[in-house]
Amino acid sequence: MLGSAVAVVLLRNPVNSAMCLVLSFLALAGLYITLDAFFIGIIQVLVYAGAVMVLFLFIIMLLDLKAEARRRLNLAASAGGIAVIGGFALLLVQVVKSLPSAAHPFPALNPDAPSDVVGVGTTLFSHFNLPLQIIGVLLLVSTVGVVVLSRRTLR
Amino acid sequence: MLSFDIFLQPEIFLLWTSFLKTAVLVGVVLTMVAYSVWAERKVSAFIQDRVGPNRVGWAGLLQPLVDGVKLVLKENFVPSGVNKFFFSLAPALAFVPALLVLAVLPFGSSLFGVPMVIANLNTGILWVFAVSSLGVYGIVLAGWSSNSKYPFLGSIRSSSQMISYEIALGLSVIPIFLITGTLNLGEIVQYQTLHGWMVFPMGMSGFNLQRLLLWIPMLISFLVFLIAMFAETNRLPFDLPEAEQELVGGYHTEYSSMRFAMFFLGEYAAMIAGAGVIVTLFLGGWSLPFVPDGSQGWLWGVVNIATFFAKVAAIIFFFLWIRWTLPRFRFDQLMKLGWYVFFEVALVNIFLTAAILLYFRS
Repeated sequence: MLGSAVAVVLLRNPVNSAMCLVLSFLALAGLYITLDAFFIGIIQVLVYAGAVMVLFLFIIMLLDLKAEARRRLNLAASAGGIAVIGGFALLLVQVVKSLPSAAHPFPALNPDAPSDVVGVGTTLFSHFNLPLQIIGVLLLVSTVGVVVLSRRTLR
Repeated sequence: MLSFDIFLQPEIFLLWTSFLKTAVLVGVVLTMVAYSVWAERKVSAFIQDRVGPNRVGWAGLLQPLVDGVKLVLKENFVPSGVNKFFFSLAPALAFVPALLVLAVLPFGSSLFGVPMVIANLNTGILWVFAVSSLGVYGIVLAGWSSNSKYPFLGSIRSSSQMISYEIALGLSVIPIFLITGTLNLGEIVQYQTLHGWMVFPMGMSGFNLQRLLLWIPMLISFLVFLIAMFAETNRLPFDLPEAEQELVGGYHTEYSSMRFAMFFLGEYAAMIAGAGVIVTLFLGGWSLPFVPDGSQGWLWGVVNIATFFAKVAAIIFFFLWIRWTLPRFRFDQLMKLGWYVFFEVALVNIFLTAAILLYFRS
């Protein structure tokens, strides 16, 4: 996953980068699934790899970016980037060290717990009912808006 | 005497039965792919009043085998100017997702106590959508890496079509989950064995007004899902990505030999997987009225498996029948149909189902 994520940045051809990002998403989904979170893993594939990245790839191919592939490596910028990454990694290590729960491994998952779909569903509809409904209305408004706008441009 | 106890330990038992099930299922489906090509030619010949393949074997039944040999022996030509890596990757990407879908389909009840599904996921249908949405990559990359106009146009059409119809596909199955209360395909089939098939709820115990009212949204769902599945698998009347008259051969114009065959097989495998999903969700999966499941003896388990594949074959025949009957849509009509009709119909259908369920609960 990390390898393909690094390749997203390093590769010069935008299509290669996009495909590496897809690979990275798939690997992340695999990580979720090995943690027994099938629902999140599959949603990750469905939303990011299946829908968002197809649109990305679509746009990249339509634009047919040749200039990006020819561009030289900017030394100062890459040095700065590596410095930022190093700083962030250091910060992350510090934060994780200061967390008390990071010192010992997590307790084993309860094998009798309901399946993750049921778990996500009950949590969403009991604890986070109001935010969920607000998001639902927002999404509905945006879908209706898209249909209305596309209909208008067609005329 | 050798001891076979090691094969009966739970983990190892799961491992080798899964391998066996995977091997058998993939074998059966690939054979079905080959013979659906044969069926396609025979059905088209019958509909157009021709004879069809009849030279190799009885009624041309060995034709797929000979075709396979021909395709493997042909020169695997790579045009200059293509992106070689993606050009080779695309056929595999088009083929693999179709087979991955099969992993969650319950193709039988149980045989000797082993459930006849490779991966009994709680999120079965989401897996189907997630994996089949990855199938777009094969087509997009094939069109792009060929570095040629017509394949590129074909792949653009295909990806926009698949993305548009995925929404209708996803929305049209939500009423089923509202009724059954599960995403697990095996449990959906169990529900249908108890309460009657989704599109044909009669003849089962517990038939009442609620079932009758729920039949209406189920029929709407079935229609929307079926049509969206036609669009997802790029079948006529939605086969714009490979419209021969406009785009030569669509996204696989530049391909030859076995790479072309991979696209071809991928299309048919996607069709079989799609038919399997339709059968599982709407037509009761492996269940037949008055036929017990595999726990009543292995013979019934075999009958259940045969029932599933017979239903899949019937749906495939329907696909072929439609292909040779209806003309092709125009591309803007296709997109309009997807966004303005199916999207709204599927959305209203969800509310209709929810309202019926709410009315009978109170």
